[in-house]
Amino acid sequence: MHEMGIANSVLHAVRTEMQSHPGAYPSKICIRVGQMAAVDQDALRFCFEAITGETDLEGLELEVEVCPVRYRCRQCGHEFVVEDYLFRCPDCSSLETECTGGDELELAYMEVEEHGTSTVGTQSTQ
Amino acid sequence: MERVPLERKVLSENDKIAATLRARFQEHGILCLNTISSPGSGKTSLLERTLASLPSHDRVAVLTGDIQTDNDAARLRRFHFPVKQITTGGTCHLDARMIERHLADWKLEDLDLLFIENVGNLVCPSSYDLGEAAKIVLLSVTEGDDKPLKYPSIFFKSDLLILTKTDLLPYVPFDIETAAENARRIHPGIEIVKVSCLTGNGFHEWLMWLGERRRAAKPLSPVA
Repeated sequence: MHEMGIANSVLHAVRTEMQSHPGAYPSKICIRVGQMAAVDQDALRFCFEAITGETDLEGLELEVEVCPVRYRCRQCGHEFVVEDYLFRCPDCSSLETECTGGDELELAYMEVEEHGTSTVGTQSTQ
Repeated sequence: MERVPLERKVLSENDKIAATLRARFQEHGILCLNTISSPGSGKTSLLERTLASLPSHDRVAVLTGDIQTDNDAARLRRFHFPVKQITTGGTCHLDARMIERHLADWKLEDLDLLFIENVGNLVCPSSYDLGEAAKIVLLSVTEGDDKPLKYPSIFFKSDLLILTKTDLLPYVPFDIETAAENARRIHPGIEIVKVSCLTGNGFHEWLMWLGERRRAAKPLSPVA
Protein backbone atom coordinates (compact mmCIF):
# COMPACT_ATOMS: atom_id res chain seq x y z
CA MET A 1 0.00 0.00 0.00
CA HIS A 2 2.23 2.81 -1.25
CA GLU A 3 -0.66 4.62 -2.94
CA MET A 4 -0.95 7.04 -0.02
CA GLY A 5 2.60 8.22 -0.62
CA ILE A 6 1.87 8.60 -4.32
CA ALA A 7 -1.37 10.50 -3.62
CA ASN A 8 0.60 12.82 -1.31
CA SER A 9 3.21 13.43 -4.01
CA VAL A 10 0.47 14.28 -6.52
CA LEU A 11 -1.13 16.68 -4.08
CA HIS A 12 2.22 18.26 -3.27
CA ALA A 13 2.77 18.87 -7.00
CA VAL A 14 -0.69 20.46 -7.30
CA ARG A 15 -0.05 22.83 -4.39
CA THR A 16 3.39 23.77 -5.73
CA GLU A 17 1.97 24.49 -9.19
CA MET A 18 -0.89 26.57 -7.75
CA GLN A 19 1.62 29.03 -6.32
CA SER A 20 2.09 30.21 -9.93
CA HIS A 21 -1.66 30.74 -10.37
CA PRO A 22 -2.78 33.23 -7.74
CA GLY A 23 -6.53 33.80 -7.67
CA ALA A 24 -7.30 30.47 -9.32
CA TYR A 25 -8.03 26.99 -8.03
CA PRO A 26 -7.37 23.51 -9.50
CA SER A 27 -10.38 21.54 -10.79
CA LYS A 28 -8.63 18.51 -12.23
CA ILE A 29 -5.28 16.75 -12.09
CA CYS A 30 -4.44 14.16 -14.71
CA ILE A 31 -1.75 11.54 -14.19
CA ARG A 32 -0.41 8.74 -16.38
CA VAL A 33 0.01 5.31 -14.84
CA GLY A 34 1.66 2.48 -16.75
CA GLN A 35 0.28 -1.05 -16.57
CA MET A 36 3.60 -2.10 -15.03
CA ALA A 37 3.75 0.75 -12.53
CA ALA A 38 2.39 -1.41 -9.68
CA VAL A 39 -0.15 1.25 -8.72
CA ASP A 40 -3.68 0.26 -7.86
CA GLN A 41 -6.10 2.83 -9.27
CA ASP A 42 -8.86 2.22 -6.76
CA ALA A 43 -6.47 2.46 -3.81
CA LEU A 44 -4.97 5.62 -5.28
CA ARG A 45 -8.41 7.24 -5.70
CA PHE A 46 -9.38 6.24 -2.18
CA CYS A 47 -6.20 7.82 -0.78
CA PHE A 48 -6.57 10.92 -2.93
CA GLU A 49 -10.13 11.49 -1.75
CA ALA A 50 -9.08 10.87 1.84
CA ILE A 51 -6.39 13.54 1.78
CA THR A 52 -8.31 16.15 -0.23
CA GLY A 53 -11.63 15.68 1.61
CA GLU A 54 -12.61 18.53 3.96
CA THR A 55 -9.71 20.65 2.73
CA ASP A 56 -9.66 23.57 0.30
CA LEU A 57 -9.05 20.98 -2.45
CA GLU A 58 -12.15 18.90 -1.75
CA GLY A 59 -13.74 17.87 -5.05
CA LEU A 60 -10.49 18.11 -7.04
CA GLU A 61 -10.92 15.55 -9.81
CA LEU A 62 -8.24 12.90 -10.31
CA GLU A 63 -8.02 11.57 -13.85
CA VAL A 64 -5.87 8.51 -14.50
CA GLU A 65 -4.67 7.66 -18.01
CA VAL A 66 -3.56 4.05 -18.12
CA CYS A 67 -0.54 3.49 -20.39
CA PRO A 68 -0.07 0.07 -22.00
CA VAL A 69 3.26 -1.73 -22.19
CA ARG A 70 5.00 -0.64 -25.39
CA TYR A 71 7.92 -2.17 -27.24
CA ARG A 72 9.96 -1.19 -30.28
CA CYS A 73 11.47 -3.64 -32.75
CA ARG A 74 15.24 -3.22 -33.14
CA GLN A 75 15.10 -4.88 -36.56
CA CYS A 76 12.37 -2.92 -38.35
CA GLY A 77 11.70 -0.04 -35.94
CA HIS A 78 8.01 -0.87 -35.56
CA GLU A 79 6.49 0.28 -32.26
CA PHE A 80 3.72 -1.83 -30.82
CA VAL A 81 1.56 -2.35 -27.76
CA VAL A 82 2.30 -5.58 -25.92
CA GLU A 83 -0.77 -7.65 -25.16
CA ASP A 84 -0.74 -10.83 -23.13
CA TYR A 85 3.05 -10.59 -22.78
CA LEU A 86 3.75 -11.26 -26.44
CA PHE A 87 6.99 -9.43 -27.13
CA ARG A 88 7.52 -10.58 -30.72
CA CYS A 89 7.31 -7.83 -33.36
CA PRO A 90 3.90 -8.20 -35.06
CA ASP A 91 5.37 -6.81 -38.30
CA CYS A 92 8.57 -8.78 -38.88
CA SER A 93 8.30 -11.46 -36.12
CA SER A 94 11.69 -10.50 -34.65
CA LEU A 95 12.24 -11.06 -30.92
CA GLU A 96 14.90 -8.32 -30.93
CA THR A 97 12.60 -5.84 -29.24
CA GLU A 98 13.05 -3.29 -26.48
CA CYS A 99 10.73 -1.71 -23.96
CA THR A 100 9.74 1.91 -24.61
CA GLY A 101 7.00 2.37 -22.02
CA GLY A 102 4.56 0.87 -19.57
CA ASP A 103 5.94 1.81 -16.15
CA GLU A 104 4.95 5.50 -16.25
CA LEU A 105 3.94 7.34 -13.11
CA GLU A 106 3.75 10.88 -14.42
CA LEU A 107 1.90 14.12 -13.89
CA ALA A 108 0.32 14.96 -17.24
CA TYR A 109 -1.56 18.22 -16.73
CA MET A 110 -3.90 20.06 -14.44
CA GLU A 111 -6.88 22.27 -15.09
CA VAL A 112 -7.18 25.52 -13.18
CA GLU A 113 -10.14 27.85 -13.05
CA GLU A 114 -10.72 31.39 -11.95
CA HIS A 115 -12.59 31.61 -8.68
CA GLY A 116 -16.34 31.90 -9.12
CA THR A 117 -16.58 29.86 -12.35
CA SER A 118 -17.37 26.48 -10.78
CA THR A 119 -18.76 24.95 -7.65
CA VAL A 120 -15.42 23.42 -6.69
CA GLY A 121 -13.24 25.36 -4.29
CA THR A 122 -15.44 28.46 -4.32
CA GLN A 123 -15.68 28.78 -0.56
CA SER A 124 -13.02 31.49 -0.45
CA THR A 125 -14.76 33.78 -2.99
CA GLN A 126 -17.74 36.20 -2.84
CA MET B 1 -10.54 27.02 -17.59
CA GLU B 2 -6.83 26.80 -18.31
CA ARG B 3 -4.97 23.55 -18.92
CA VAL B 4 -1.48 23.58 -17.41
CA PRO B 5 0.95 20.96 -18.74
CA LEU B 6 3.06 19.40 -15.97
CA GLU B 7 4.95 16.58 -17.72
CA ARG B 8 7.09 15.30 -14.92
CA LYS B 9 7.26 12.21 -12.77
CA VAL B 10 4.93 11.91 -9.81
CA LEU B 11 7.81 10.72 -7.65
CA SER B 12 10.16 13.36 -9.05
CA GLU B 13 11.43 14.22 -5.55
CA ASN B 14 12.40 10.58 -4.96
CA ASP B 15 13.81 10.27 -8.46
CA LYS B 16 15.95 13.39 -8.05
CA ILE B 17 17.58 11.95 -4.93
CA ALA B 18 17.94 8.56 -6.63
CA ALA B 19 19.68 10.19 -9.60
CA THR B 20 22.12 11.93 -7.24
CA LEU B 21 22.81 8.64 -5.45
CA ARG B 22 23.34 6.85 -8.77
CA ALA B 23 25.84 9.52 -9.88
CA ARG B 24 27.72 9.21 -6.57
CA PHE B 25 27.83 5.40 -6.86
CA GLN B 26 29.14 5.66 -10.42
CA GLU B 27 31.73 8.24 -9.44
CA HIS B 28 33.09 5.86 -6.77
CA GLY B 29 32.76 2.73 -8.92
CA ILE B 30 30.24 1.22 -6.49
CA LEU B 31 27.84 -1.48 -7.66
CA CYS B 32 24.53 -0.94 -5.85
CA LEU B 33 21.99 -3.78 -5.97
CA ASN B 34 18.40 -3.51 -4.72
CA THR B 35 17.07 -6.93 -3.64
CA ILE B 36 13.29 -7.28 -3.54
CA SER B 37 10.94 -10.15 -2.69
CA SER B 38 7.94 -11.19 -0.64
CA PRO B 39 8.61 -11.51 3.09
CA GLY B 40 10.39 -14.79 3.80
CA SER B 41 11.73 -15.54 0.30
CA GLY B 42 15.29 -15.56 1.60
CA LYS B 43 16.84 -12.14 0.99
CA THR B 44 18.71 -12.14 4.30
CA SER B 45 19.79 -15.78 3.86
CA LEU B 46 21.11 -14.99 0.38
CA LEU B 47 23.08 -12.04 1.75
CA GLU B 48 24.40 -14.11 4.69
CA ARG B 49 25.81 -16.80 2.44
CA THR B 50 27.08 -14.19 -0.04
CA LEU B 51 28.89 -12.19 2.66
CA ALA B 52 30.35 -15.42 4.07
CA SER B 53 31.86 -16.18 0.66
CA LEU B 54 33.58 -12.79 0.26
CA PRO B 55 37.13 -12.12 1.49
CA SER B 56 37.23 -10.19 4.79
CA HIS B 57 39.01 -7.23 3.14
CA ASP B 58 36.26 -6.88 0.53
CA ARG B 59 34.74 -3.40 0.37
CA VAL B 60 31.10 -4.39 0.87
CA ALA B 61 28.26 -2.87 2.87
CA VAL B 62 24.59 -3.64 3.42
CA LEU B 63 21.53 -1.49 4.10
CA THR B 64 18.68 -3.68 5.23
CA GLY B 65 15.08 -2.47 5.48
CA ASP B 66 12.26 -3.69 7.67
CA ILE B 67 9.17 -2.19 9.19
CA GLN B 68 10.35 -3.01 12.70
CA THR B 69 13.35 -4.62 14.54
CA ASP B 70 17.02 -4.74 13.65
CA ASN B 71 17.04 -8.56 13.58
CA ASP B 72 18.31 -8.72 9.99
CA ALA B 73 21.15 -6.28 10.63
CA ALA B 74 22.17 -8.41 13.64
CA ARG B 75 22.28 -11.51 11.41
CA LEU B 76 24.32 -9.73 8.74
CA ARG B 77 26.78 -8.01 11.11
CA ARG B 78 28.28 -11.39 12.00
CA PHE B 79 30.34 -11.16 8.81
CA HIS B 80 32.14 -7.98 9.96
CA PHE B 81 31.16 -5.83 7.01
CA PRO B 82 29.40 -2.50 7.63
CA VAL B 83 25.64 -3.10 8.00
CA LYS B 84 22.88 -0.65 8.84
CA GLN B 85 19.26 -1.36 9.59
CA ILE B 86 16.64 0.96 8.15
CA THR B 87 13.42 0.64 10.13
CA THR B 88 10.63 2.31 8.21
CA GLY B 89 8.16 2.30 11.11
CA GLY B 90 5.28 1.16 8.91
CA THR B 91 6.22 2.16 5.39
CA CYS B 92 6.13 -0.85 3.08
CA HIS B 93 9.14 0.09 0.92
CA LEU B 94 12.44 1.95 1.07
CA ASP B 95 12.72 5.30 -0.69
CA ALA B 96 15.76 7.18 -1.95
CA ARG B 97 15.75 9.64 0.95
CA MET B 98 16.10 6.78 3.46
CA ILE B 99 19.11 5.47 1.52
CA GLU B 100 20.69 8.93 1.36
CA ARG B 101 20.19 9.46 5.09
CA HIS B 102 21.62 6.09 6.09
CA LEU B 103 24.65 6.48 3.83
CA ALA B 104 25.50 9.85 5.33
CA ASP B 105 28.22 8.68 7.72
CA TRP B 106 29.77 6.03 5.45
CA LYS B 107 32.67 6.99 3.23
CA LEU B 108 31.71 5.95 -0.28
CA GLU B 109 35.38 5.86 -1.31
CA ASP B 110 35.74 2.84 1.02
CA LEU B 111 33.08 0.82 -0.83
CA ASP B 112 32.87 -1.24 -4.03
CA LEU B 113 29.60 -3.04 -3.45
CA LEU B 114 26.41 -1.97 -1.69
CA PHE B 115 23.55 -4.37 -1.14
CA ILE B 116 20.14 -2.92 -0.32
CA GLU B 117 17.72 -5.41 1.17
CA ASN B 118 14.30 -3.87 0.62
CA VAL B 119 11.29 -4.33 2.90
CA GLY B 120 9.65 -7.70 2.19
CA ASN B 121 6.98 -6.75 -0.36
CA LEU B 122 6.63 -7.67 -4.01
CA VAL B 123 4.62 -4.62 -5.06
CA CYS B 124 5.50 -1.24 -3.59
CA PRO B 125 9.33 -1.36 -3.72
CA SER B 126 9.14 -1.66 -7.50
CA SER B 127 7.92 1.97 -7.78
CA TYR B 128 10.83 3.53 -5.88
CA ASP B 129 14.18 4.08 -7.57
CA LEU B 130 16.95 3.92 -4.96
CA GLY B 131 19.79 4.80 -7.32
CA GLU B 132 20.67 1.12 -7.78
CA ALA B 133 22.44 -0.28 -10.84
CA ALA B 134 20.02 -3.21 -10.88
CA LYS B 135 17.01 -4.63 -9.11
CA ILE B 136 17.17 -8.30 -8.18
CA VAL B 137 13.93 -10.16 -7.47
CA LEU B 138 13.87 -13.32 -5.35
CA LEU B 139 11.18 -15.97 -5.59
CA SER B 140 11.27 -19.02 -3.33
CA VAL B 141 10.01 -22.43 -4.38
CA THR B 142 7.52 -22.46 -1.50
CA GLU B 143 5.62 -19.69 -3.31
CA GLY B 144 3.63 -20.17 -6.52
CA ASP B 145 5.38 -20.65 -9.85
CA ASP B 146 2.78 -18.27 -11.34
CA LYS B 147 3.93 -15.36 -9.17
CA PRO B 148 5.64 -13.53 -12.08
CA LEU B 149 2.22 -13.36 -13.78
CA LYS B 150 0.47 -12.19 -10.60
CA TYR B 151 3.03 -9.51 -9.72
CA PRO B 152 4.46 -8.59 -13.13
CA SER B 153 5.88 -5.16 -12.33
CA ILE B 154 8.85 -6.25 -10.25
CA PHE B 155 9.78 -9.05 -12.69
CA PHE B 156 9.48 -6.52 -15.53
CA LYS B 157 11.91 -4.16 -13.82
CA SER B 158 14.48 -6.64 -12.44
CA ASP B 159 17.69 -7.64 -14.23
CA LEU B 160 18.02 -10.90 -12.32
CA LEU B 161 15.58 -13.43 -10.85
CA ILE B 162 16.97 -15.63 -8.09
CA LEU B 163 14.88 -18.73 -7.44
CA THR B 164 15.62 -19.64 -3.83
CA LYS B 165 15.19 -22.63 -1.47
CA THR B 166 15.75 -25.10 -4.33
CA ASP B 167 16.66 -27.76 -1.73
CA LEU B 168 12.90 -27.92 -0.99
CA LEU B 169 11.95 -28.76 -4.60
CA PRO B 170 11.37 -32.47 -3.87
CA TYR B 171 8.74 -31.54 -1.27
CA VAL B 172 6.73 -28.83 -3.01
CA PRO B 173 4.62 -28.73 -6.19
CA PHE B 174 6.69 -25.87 -7.64
CA ASP B 175 7.68 -26.25 -11.29
CA ILE B 176 10.93 -24.37 -11.68
CA GLU B 177 10.76 -24.35 -15.48
CA THR B 178 7.22 -22.93 -15.38
CA ALA B 179 8.39 -20.21 -13.01
CA ALA B 180 11.30 -19.34 -15.33
CA GLU B 181 9.01 -19.38 -18.36
CA ASN B 182 6.49 -17.11 -16.61
CA ALA B 183 9.26 -14.66 -15.65
CA ARG B 184 10.48 -14.60 -19.27
CA ARG B 185 6.95 -13.97 -20.51
CA ILE B 186 6.94 -10.76 -18.46
CA HIS B 187 10.57 -9.88 -19.17
CA PRO B 188 12.25 -11.83 -21.97
CA GLY B 189 15.71 -10.48 -21.09
CA ILE B 190 15.63 -11.39 -17.38
CA GLU B 191 18.56 -13.51 -16.19
CA ILE B 192 17.76 -16.39 -13.86
CA VAL B 193 19.79 -18.29 -11.27
CA LYS B 194 18.59 -21.05 -8.97
CA VAL B 195 20.09 -21.28 -5.49
CA SER B 196 19.82 -23.01 -2.16
CA CYS B 197 21.21 -20.92 0.67
CA LEU B 198 21.22 -24.04 2.81
CA THR B 199 23.37 -26.28 0.58
CA GLY B 200 25.09 -23.60 -1.51
CA ASN B 201 23.79 -25.13 -4.74
CA GLY B 202 23.74 -22.54 -7.51
CA PHE B 203 25.89 -20.05 -5.60
CA HIS B 204 28.64 -20.38 -8.17
CA GLU B 205 26.29 -18.96 -10.85
CA TRP B 206 25.07 -16.16 -8.57
CA LEU B 207 28.61 -15.18 -7.59
CA MET B 208 29.65 -15.24 -11.26
CA TRP B 209 26.82 -12.84 -12.08
CA LEU B 210 27.83 -10.64 -9.16
CA GLY B 211 31.48 -10.69 -10.20
CA GLU B 212 30.67 -9.66 -13.77
CA ARG B 213 28.49 -6.79 -12.57
CA ARG B 214 31.19 -5.65 -10.13
CA ARG B 215 33.79 -5.57 -12.90
CA ALA B 216 31.42 -3.62 -15.14
CA ALA B 217 30.80 -1.06 -12.38
CA LYS B 218 34.50 -0.21 -12.04
CA PRO B 219 35.67 2.73 -14.12
CA LEU B 220 38.15 1.58 -16.78
CA SER B 221 41.64 1.87 -15.33
CA PRO B 222 44.69 2.42 -17.52
CA VAL B 223 46.33 -0.83 -18.63
CA ALA B 224 49.36 -1.53 -16.41
